[in-house]
Amino acid sequence: MKDLESLSYEEAFAELETVVNALESEEQSLDDSLTLFERGQALIKRCAFLLEKASLKIRQLSSDGLDDEQSA
Amino acid sequence: MTQKELFSSVQWTVSAFTAYLREIFESDELLQDAWVRGEISNLSRPRSGHLYFTLKDKRASLRCVMWRSRAVVLSADLHEGMEVEVRGSIDIYELGGQYQLYAEEIRPVGEGALYQEFLRLKAKLEAEGLFDAARKKPLPRLPKKIGIVTSATGAALRDMLNTLRRRLPLAEVIFSPTTVQGEKSPAEIVDALDDLLRLAPDLDVILLGRGGGSIEDLWAFNDELVVRMVAASPVPVISGVGHETDFTLTDFAADLRAATPTAAAEVATPVTIDDLRAALDGYAERLEAAIYGVLEKKTSQTDDLRSRLVYLSPLRRVQREMQHLDEQNSRLNIAQAHYLDMMRAKLKGVNRRLDALNPEAVLARGYAIVTDKARGKVLRSVSEADEGVAIKIRVKDGEFDAEII
Repeated sequence: MKDLESLSYEEAFAELETVVNALESEEQSLDDSLTLFERGQALIKRCAFLLEKASLKIRQLSSDGLDDEQSA
Repeated sequence: MTQKELFSSVQWTVSAFTAYLREIFESDELLQDAWVRGEISNLSRPRSGHLYFTLKDKRASLRCVMWRSRAVVLSADLHEGMEVEVRGSIDIYELGGQYQLYAEEIRPVGEGALYQEFLRLKAKLEAEGLFDAARKKPLPRLPKKIGIVTSATGAALRDMLNTLRRRLPLAEVIFSPTTVQGEKSPAEIVDALDDLLRLAPDLDVILLGRGGGSIEDLWAFNDELVVRMVAASPVPVISGVGHETDFTLTDFAADLRAATPTAAAEVATPVTIDDLRAALDGYAERLEAAIYGVLEKKTSQTDDLRSRLVYLSPLRRVQREMQHLDEQNSRLNIAQAHYLDMMRAKLKGVNRRLDALNPEAVLARGYAIVTDKARGKVLRSVSEADEGVAIKIRVKDGEFDAEII
């Protein structure tokens, strides 16, 4: 499992889908189920956090290539 | 001088004559759909909303009228002295005794030529298959990196950024500035697209746009190089050029045509941050439901096992075995008692028979047992009673010796 802090929204959401599907469909041990559940909760938190703080990043191309990020 | 014949020609009333002329005009197809070029003068737009003007060149003038229904959708901004091309039908205004052009369409001179060029290039590129539906690339549902090619100063950039910020602030925008009108614009647009594809190869989608304008203003987006560049882009391109009614060749070459820059930013983000929030809520609910499901299942499995365990418990087995043993034991006891009774009864019978055979009992009744004293043998027959043999006689209460005589 990747460290939560390094997960992009897409990665976190994709893993969340996997976790929920696994928990819903597969026969797991109680320990594994609880681990999956906790991971799922952490992923939801991560996604919600990323949605909360999302702000459009804008960069402009110049003759030298990519400029630094501009404030939107 | 020849005298004219009296009554030899048809006599017309003015209105009949005018009506006849009108019929002639109306039966001529060329006059019913004509493009006429000239300069606008005597332009008037009274409160009725109809549009009156005279179209003239150096040698002639033509009265024109455009009814309100057509005048309100007129896109060209007419003014005195403007060179225009007018399409319409020629007819007679009987009351005024004038023929006039009833205008359907008016466009500035030059647009006609541009439009011909537009059609020619469109047909050519279409024949090459540049606009084929099969060439259209699918658009990502959730783009991470969005390229924008437009003017740094126009409203189009602001509109697109505002729309993206509102709908999908998770995205990252790479903006490649270019002029969007003027002679150098086509080459700049091509460069801007090229830079974008080169420096940001991981783009998910590109928005190419500018605000509305006249056909000349939008002309850069009909440039062959620009259109080819858009068609060849490995990254899907959404065009948003001009207004609803403006179509450029870039629109045909793009993977998707949006009516305006704002609309382009909208179709580029079919999934918004609100959708993502809703999806996340949905997954949170499913996660909760799933863990409850698991816990419920585990609990019922445990209950099930417990009852099976109780059933299989050794205590229960011992109890069952003991009960069995008890049963066996009592059966054994019954069998034993029965056997003993039987043996006792049998013994009694034997005793009775033994009593009957007891020689003592016979002797008591007066009988005696005679034994050859020397041989110890009981004498049972007269033939055994030889003379002179010493015998022993046993009676009820003892025995005595005797001799056979």
